Amino acid sequence: MTRGKAVEVFNVSKRFGDYQALDHVDFTIHENEFFTLLGPSGCGKTTLLRMIAGFETPSEGGIVLFGQEIDQLPAHKRRVNTVFQSYALFPHMTLAQNIAFGLENLGWDKPRREARVAEMLELVHMTPFASRRPDQLSGGQRQRIALARALAPEPKVLLLDEPLSALDLKLRQAMRDELRELQRKTGITFIFVTHDQEEALDMSDRICVLGQGRVQQIGTPAEIYEEPENRFVADFIGETNFLDAEVISIDGARARIRTPLGLEFDAAQKGLTSPGPATLSLRPEKIGLQEQATGNVLTGTIRSRNYMGGYTHFVVETGGASLRVSRRNAVSQAESYAVGQEVQLGFRDESVRVLAQ
Amino acid sequence: MRSARVWGLMPAWVLMLGTLMVPLLIVAAVSVAERGSYGGFAWDFNPLSYREILFSEDWDGNLVFDPKYLSIIGRTLLLAGATTLICMALALPVAYVIATRPPKTKALLIYLVTLPFWVSMIVRVYAWLIILGNEGFVGRFWHWIGGEGTLLFTPGAMLVGMVYSYIPLMVLPVFAAIEKLDPALLEAGADLYGSRWTTARRVILPLTWPGLAAGAVLVFVPALGTVLEPMLLGGGKQMMMGTLIQTQFGGARNWPFGAAVALVLMAMVVIVLVINARRSMSREVRV
Repeated sequence: MTRGKAVEVFNVSKRFGDYQALDHVDFTIHENEFFTLLGPSGCGKTTLLRMIAGFETPSEGGIVLFGQEIDQLPAHKRRVNTVFQSYALFPHMTLAQNIAFGLENLGWDKPRREARVAEMLELVHMTPFASRRPDQLSGGQRQRIALARALAPEPKVLLLDEPLSALDLKLRQAMRDELRELQRKTGITFIFVTHDQEEALDMSDRICVLGQGRVQQIGTPAEIYEEPENRFVADFIGETNFLDAEVISIDGARARIRTPLGLEFDAAQKGLTSPGPATLSLRPEKIGLQEQATGNVLTGTIRSRNYMGGYTHFVVETGGASLRVSRRNAVSQAESYAVGQEVQLGFRDESVRVLAQ
Repeated sequence: MRSARVWGLMPAWVLMLGTLMVPLLIVAAVSVAERGSYGGFAWDFNPLSYREILFSEDWDGNLVFDPKYLSIIGRTLLLAGATTLICMALALPVAYVIATRPPKTKALLIYLVTLPFWVSMIVRVYAWLIILGNEGFVGRFWHWIGGEGTLLFTPGAMLVGMVYSYIPLMVLPVFAAIEKLDPALLEAGADLYGSRWTTARRVILPLTWPGLAAGAVLVFVPALGTVLEPMLLGGGKQMMMGTLIQTQFGGARNWPFGAAVALVLMAMVVIVLVINARRSMSREVRV
């Protein structure tokens, strides 16, 4: 499948005084893609989004929107719309007027405008509220109106700046599905900014992990989670155990590893060119306990236990290293392991990622 | 409990009664008193002062409608209204620029706006006498571009002085209103294809309206009673209500008439305040 390019970010840097917010960021977002910019606060993800919207200008590099250079284009001439973190609904206008605002500025005539406003209200299930004002709405309803207002002018790209962060947990879950659904229905390219990795994994076609102003990795949710390319990504997305190890030999994408725990095995690697010290990443849910311990098996002692509902988290000490292990509570009232108990733990070679140090 | 509340509020009541209500009642009493033979007033009930505002007696003792004081009231309203509108138009962009500066610059600019209050009003109005005078730079410029006569002692000079005197009272509330605006609203305006002008007209203006209304009251009310500008910059040639009251108590020694005009002025102020209060109340209900 070949898809057109929606947004191309060419080598963009941004400095605020001495602070380097973005450092030579370079990637392409495809048409009809749900693309997420993910990173901790201060990683530059919002700055990047604001550059695409036209609220900031790059210090270096450029941005191309559907083949058109937009660096000289003011915000109000860019065919992109934003869902703001605070929603930024106009408090003095009704919801219908809010949605119609962009259409009026684009010069749509009245019948076309009214039809589109009705269609948008329908899309976000807010038709009965058309003549209300924003302060009469709940957070989730405001969120929907902000979406409707941004989608109404048929933007080429929709920018979403942490739109779910102001909602409570249950609503956030529901809105994720709605957003994904809206994206499929409208076929518009969504660029979604979040610091919440779960949101990113759940909704995105592709994720760009940003850290310290740089692109750390771009890939599908599964690639980002299962095949992190560096320590930053492995650490930021989900939980993981980092283990020091020694690379004995490298054969393409495989590396022969020796761990201080006394194990030796082959594991997938990327970016290593020569043998030497390296870091292993091993996700807690990929370590089995007792009867589930397969592959490389070790013996350890349970040091702590945290019951989390669906999962129980253990810390197991083995050969001087502490490993976090999570075990799904597959059976109700299942017997658990006690602190101090000696257990077998095991993991398979392919669960291990070798990262450069 | 109840008595504690009553007694606790006593200082406020004493202050209100002693410094506000009592003098006001005295002025009201004076306005219906008899004019004294040697100035001042005599304690005789006589509401003639109010009649004097609209009518005068001719040589034969007949009452004739005389609009000379009405025209003073009209001129006062016109000048105060013009001052308010000009202050609004000038304060909006100024307040917007100040509100969008970084915090330190913002504090400095607000300080500069209030700076004129540190100098006596008389001194500041005198400064305009010099600036607008034939030797002042505005006066020189006026002659340089071919203007004739003097700029001083005209309604225009009064207006300039009044706008100058009262504009900080407009800038401050408008600034407060603009500063409260979520900057994201302005970005949303631009994001939804609104040019700067459209965003200013359709987003900034309606949302700063309460600030403009507050500023309008703050400017219009003192502008109604202004004395200095008509006296100095207007050269005392054209009476305003403020100067009229002042001359009645001073030069003309007709205290009852001065008090009557003062109460008419106060009635006008109260009307403005009531209108504004009703407006802001209905606004709160609607928004």
